[in-house]
Amino acid sequence: MKNILVKSGLIALAVAVSACTDAGRFGAGGANDGAGANAGGAGYDSVNDPSSPAYFQQNVGDRVLFSVDQSTLSPQAQSTLDGQATWLASNPSYSAIVEGHADEQGTREYNLALGARRANSVQEYLISKGVAGSRLRTVSYGKERPIEVCSTEVCYAKNRRAVTVLSAGQGS
Amino acid sequence: MKRLTQLMAGLALALGLSGPLLAQDGPLRIEITEGVIEPLPFAVPTFSAENAAAQELAAQLAQVVADDLSGTGLFRQIPRDAFISGVSDFNAPVQYADWKAINAQALVTGAVSVAEGGRVTVKFRLFDVFSEAPLGEGLQLGGTTTSWRRIAHKVADQVYSRITGEGGYFDSRVVFVSETGPKNARQKRLAVMDYDGANVQYLTDSASIVLAPRFSPNGSRVIYTSYETGFPKVYMMDVGTVQRRILEDQPGTMAFAPRFAPDGNTVVFSLEKGGNTDIYRLTPGGAATQLTNSPAIETAPSYAPDGSKIVFESDRSGNQQLYVMGANGGEPTRISFGEGRYGTPVWSPRGDYIAFTKQHQGRFHIGVMRTDGSEERLLTASFLDEGPTWSPNGRVIMFTRVGSGAQGEPALYSVDLTGRNLKRIPTPGPASDPAWSPLLP
Repeated sequence: MKNILVKSGLIALAVAVSACTDAGRFGAGGANDGAGANAGGAGYDSVNDPSSPAYFQQNVGDRVLFSVDQSTLSPQAQSTLDGQATWLASNPSYSAIVEGHADEQGTREYNLALGARRANSVQEYLISKGVAGSRLRTVSYGKERPIEVCSTEVCYAKNRRAVTVLSAGQGS
Repeated sequence: MKRLTQLMAGLALALGLSGPLLAQDGPLRIEITEGVIEPLPFAVPTFSAENAAAQELAAQLAQVVADDLSGTGLFRQIPRDAFISGVSDFNAPVQYADWKAINAQALVTGAVSVAEGGRVTVKFRLFDVFSEAPLGEGLQLGGTTTSWRRIAHKVADQVYSRITGEGGYFDSRVVFVSETGPKNARQKRLAVMDYDGANVQYLTDSASIVLAPRFSPNGSRVIYTSYETGFPKVYMMDVGTVQRRILEDQPGTMAFAPRFAPDGNTVVFSLEKGGNTDIYRLTPGGAATQLTNSPAIETAPSYAPDGSKIVFESDRSGNQQLYVMGANGGEPTRISFGEGRYGTPVWSPRGDYIAFTKQHQGRFHIGVMRTDGSEERLLTASFLDEGPTWSPNGRVIMFTRVGSGAQGEPALYSVDLTGRNLKRIPTPGPASDPAWSPLLP
């Protein structure tokens, strides 16, 4: 299962001018070790191709955010996930790993478990919207893979996330 | 010996002990002001080299012994340039008057020889200067030139032990996670070092995230969490050979927060299934046994030293709190009731305290409480302190301290059970998740 990831000149520019951001944004999830090395090489034109992972990532939205210490899905998160479910229904050749993450304000073990709760919330919601469970897996990174590294709520809010990372293949 | 008894009473207080010693009257040499113990002044002259090959080691050994003792905050080394006389002959009578004159209350003398093939022999004696008497027998220790620091640590452990009445902790190691790279693309490796930061060795490369290693009760193995498969799983590694194997690999689950039982074979850990995390136990050749069963997060289990109980954290009450259950599971008893959240409990090797991480009003603390939850005391406060681990004698706690923001690197710190002597442990770079070994054999 090779991750399909996207590098875009446009995204890189956005990164360069943003105050507290970083290279973690390049990958779809930014969490997998070596994510950049596995970049699928899809050009940024593919953002306009509705069946492309780049489109999924940027137009559908590959991530949902959570409140402090919570794993419940906000109406906004549910709306994003509705879009993900629809996209996955139209693109059956992809499966996905849902990555759960936490901000740094918590102990390491607890945050791993909290990230798992978040990933599971997303997985269950997608299944309830018709995505086959066999196409979805979950993993938690706890606080190990923040995308923003400042120590204020501005960054924490973006780090409390679950990211749906596509991979080629129909799952197990 | 009256004088040294008084010193020991003072040190007992410094170590957080209580007892009849403290009720003694008399002209205490250790003055307690604002809760701070005046460290006991001691002298360690350069050890005598009994042959030419031992010349360099003689100075190094004495220095490590002195550093070990000074590092506790309970002892103060008298600088060598203050010495009136040296100790050129290990067997010559001690000139007590010369050591009294500079107020050296304890004197450590040593002699070292190095034989063909690098065999090192170290002899040492400890003297109670003002009683004009040796404190304990002279002792001879053997080793090799490559393990000379261990010999020094063993000497210091003897000195510490004879003066405080407590077990030592200098001849021990710490396994930890060595970190490199920016915070959002961290690379982590397992590493092991002496308790004081010397002799760092790496146990893994940085290809996968590794977390929270723990020593086996005899220090020969390490159990930890790794993302080698892409998912967090528990691994066991032999420290000597660096051979590792995955312990538990149920597809679709995450396994983490492992810790050995005192028997050295049983392992307790957290297993996540379908978003819910519970505590399981694994015995060699057996299947995992579920010890907790609740829709809440149960993690960070740690055995009592007698193996009869397990302390862990759970958010079943609505936020993280500490609970104690029997080694076979069953209904747990909540022991933390203060304000804030409590996590990462660790039972002291002495069995008397549980150390923990506390979050309250945006700050993190390392704290201790009795095993029934009483006598809670916070030892530290910072932006982010977490993950305590006990020294082999249960008197010092090491933990991770992280600064805020992109530049706030994690580092290892230690603090006494009393909250005194907070200090940073030197590491080659950013470091986290320390776990202290038992005292080495």
